[in-house]
Amino acid sequence: MQISGAEILVRCLQEEGVEFLFGYPGGAVLEIYDAIFRQEKFKHVLVRHEQAAVHAADAYSRSSDKVGVALVTSGPGATNAVTGIATAYMDSIPMVVISGQVATPAIGLDAFQEVDMVGITRPCVKHNFLVKDVNDIAETIKKAFYIAKSGRPGPVVVDIPKDITQQRAEFHYPESVHIRSYVPATRGHPGQIKKAINLLLEAKRPYIYVGGGAVQGNAAAEVTELVKSLGLPCTNTLMGLGAYPGSDPQFLGMLGMHGTYEANMAMQYCDVLIAVGARFDDRVISVPSHFLSQPKKIIHIDVDPSSISKRVKVDVPIVGDVKHVLREMLDILRQSGQKPDAQHLAHWWKQIEEWRGHNSLLYTPSTELIKPQYVVEKLYEITGGKAIVASDVGQHQMWAAQYYKFDSPKQWLNSGGLGTMGFGLPAAMGAQLANPDATVACITGEGSIQMNIQELSTCKQYHTPVKIVALNNRYLGMVRQWQEFFYGTRYSESYMDALPDFVKVAEAYGHVGFKIENPSDVEPVLREAFGPALKERLVFLDFRTDQSENVFPMIQNGKGLDQMDLPPHMRDVQQVPFENNRDYGNMC
Amino acid sequence: MRHILSILLENEAGALSRVVGLFSARAYNIDSLTVSTTEDPTLSRMTIVTHGSDEVIEQITKQLNKLIEVVKVIDLNESEHIEREMMLIKVRATGKDREEMKRMADIFRGRIIDVTEKTYTIELTGTSDKLGAFIEAIDRAVILETVRTGASGIGRGERVLKI
Repeated sequence: MQISGAEILVRCLQEEGVEFLFGYPGGAVLEIYDAIFRQEKFKHVLVRHEQAAVHAADAYSRSSDKVGVALVTSGPGATNAVTGIATAYMDSIPMVVISGQVATPAIGLDAFQEVDMVGITRPCVKHNFLVKDVNDIAETIKKAFYIAKSGRPGPVVVDIPKDITQQRAEFHYPESVHIRSYVPATRGHPGQIKKAINLLLEAKRPYIYVGGGAVQGNAAAEVTELVKSLGLPCTNTLMGLGAYPGSDPQFLGMLGMHGTYEANMAMQYCDVLIAVGARFDDRVISVPSHFLSQPKKIIHIDVDPSSISKRVKVDVPIVGDVKHVLREMLDILRQSGQKPDAQHLAHWWKQIEEWRGHNSLLYTPSTELIKPQYVVEKLYEITGGKAIVASDVGQHQMWAAQYYKFDSPKQWLNSGGLGTMGFGLPAAMGAQLANPDATVACITGEGSIQMNIQELSTCKQYHTPVKIVALNNRYLGMVRQWQEFFYGTRYSESYMDALPDFVKVAEAYGHVGFKIENPSDVEPVLREAFGPALKERLVFLDFRTDQSENVFPMIQNGKGLDQMDLPPHMRDVQQVPFENNRDYGNMC
Repeated sequence: MRHILSILLENEAGALSRVVGLFSARAYNIDSLTVSTTEDPTLSRMTIVTHGSDEVIEQITKQLNKLIEVVKVIDLNESEHIEREMMLIKVRATGKDREEMKRMADIFRGRIIDVTEKTYTIELTGTSDKLGAFIEAIDRAVILETVRTGASGIGRGERVLKI
């Protein structure tokens, strides 16, 4: 029996086990929306802006093992989706975005709501398709899901012209697809794995640096086993938080521009580094030449060969699925029973504990002003460290990453690569739909939240009781911090004047709002918001925080990992007992 | 250093723009690019001449391989190879220049493929250097028009690029 292209598409999504389709209707996708109306297998979530549809689908992926799907119309619907697509691309998130297109005969004629979606998204997708024949829809969708989730994951766009959704064809969904030009790596090279193990065993100051690839590659258990069995110190990147438990003593905290003192110092002064699903990006290692000025051997495991030796030349590249590769390493290590030299390791840990002893995340408490760090600490306590935390972008994002100790992967959702303000609320919504029983918090600022605040309406419609923790300092905080440090305190356009009353905004959308101005109210209000009485409600917590608070430690542009700007209590630590001591290696 | 990359890719709409887009987005250089279908109509073969440090060339190769439609990439410079480019050049050929131009074309093993009372159109094939040398060898003032295909390359001996 022949069915319409739109019906074929809907059947494909059902075959893929899609639960939620995040979207917004429009002219070019009317046929698809009609097919959606006539089915009940998956639920459509009507967002209030297409960017939010894509962020929600993205977070649905991030917080589960499934592939999020978004549907947008042609033209402005498609262009609104682009920020979301680029966000997912930078963080390697599997996602399928279906966009409507004007009818095939109208393509290229500057038709109403026409935009070259395949052209516009080409640099920010893993792959994209323009479907030109109704008979190709099923295979294209199968390919889209396969490409999105295999290898290094990423978003895939499928652009479908309106006439293709109206034409009819037989439906047959392929069981599998083979793409001759696309064969993702899985197993690592056995010789390289042996080399890596030998390097690790000979190391005096080993260190493991774990990125988002370990989260996406479901390798958290393997990472933890390796760290534990070898007694290694471990750091996670912003994207890797949760891959190794944040509350474990072998975890040195996040590294990078706002990483802890000990995590960054260990990164600079280790002698063997094993990078797992991480990419040595500028916010992590800063200047490659300075990073390499301390001699070290680097092992790099990544599913994407182009991530290896991109910014930093490595000694032992291992291309493969991180879970597979780590499993093989663990098997070999278990059979041999070998461990790194205990004495060297003990020296290394002694040094690390000395660095850690400075407590670089210490902040000055206040009884007058609410410290943003305090809010995150209390949030961590009150949620028992178990909440899924979606964040926006800015100072609050860094405080969330520093003070909420994520013990599980897929618990921390943030736009690490693209740094998209407005990500938080729709992401929290998508995560709540993927995890209906979880507590979901959105840590945000008064700047970021206003970039997608219309989604409060969607949250009402679909009963997603996320808790919005807004650290409201009446400034675009990270911009203000940089202006304070580097632009002579000229706070150009970083003050958010004419802010709305967020409590009233929340109430207008049918939610609950609190404004918190006293430090003593932080804990009770958080307890109430996260308590049983408000479990089913979206709660907007407007914390009026200290306007002058800055994120420390901080590595300025052009500085090295051991050249951090430290918080006030560490100003006399002045960098590095051994800034001029290149032969630190002899110390242990 | 100058490198010649040979790329086999799916003969599909948009594949070429993915390759070109990759070069511009990542600020790699394209000195020349030529592309056409192969004996297998589902495949295109592209030759890109580029330059960059070894690290940059390694990244270009990896990034090209990452494109879904790219089947295979080889750097011809890694072994013996043959490179050819064709040029059509229209020159003014009057008076004493006419005989001189014929002689130069012969020296460079070019062929005159179109003749008018005032012009010759010469077809010349060789390495890009040789074509450049011809342009250098004749009087700039007589050149009316040049069109070059960009280099194509193939491995020497029995080495082949196939799927």
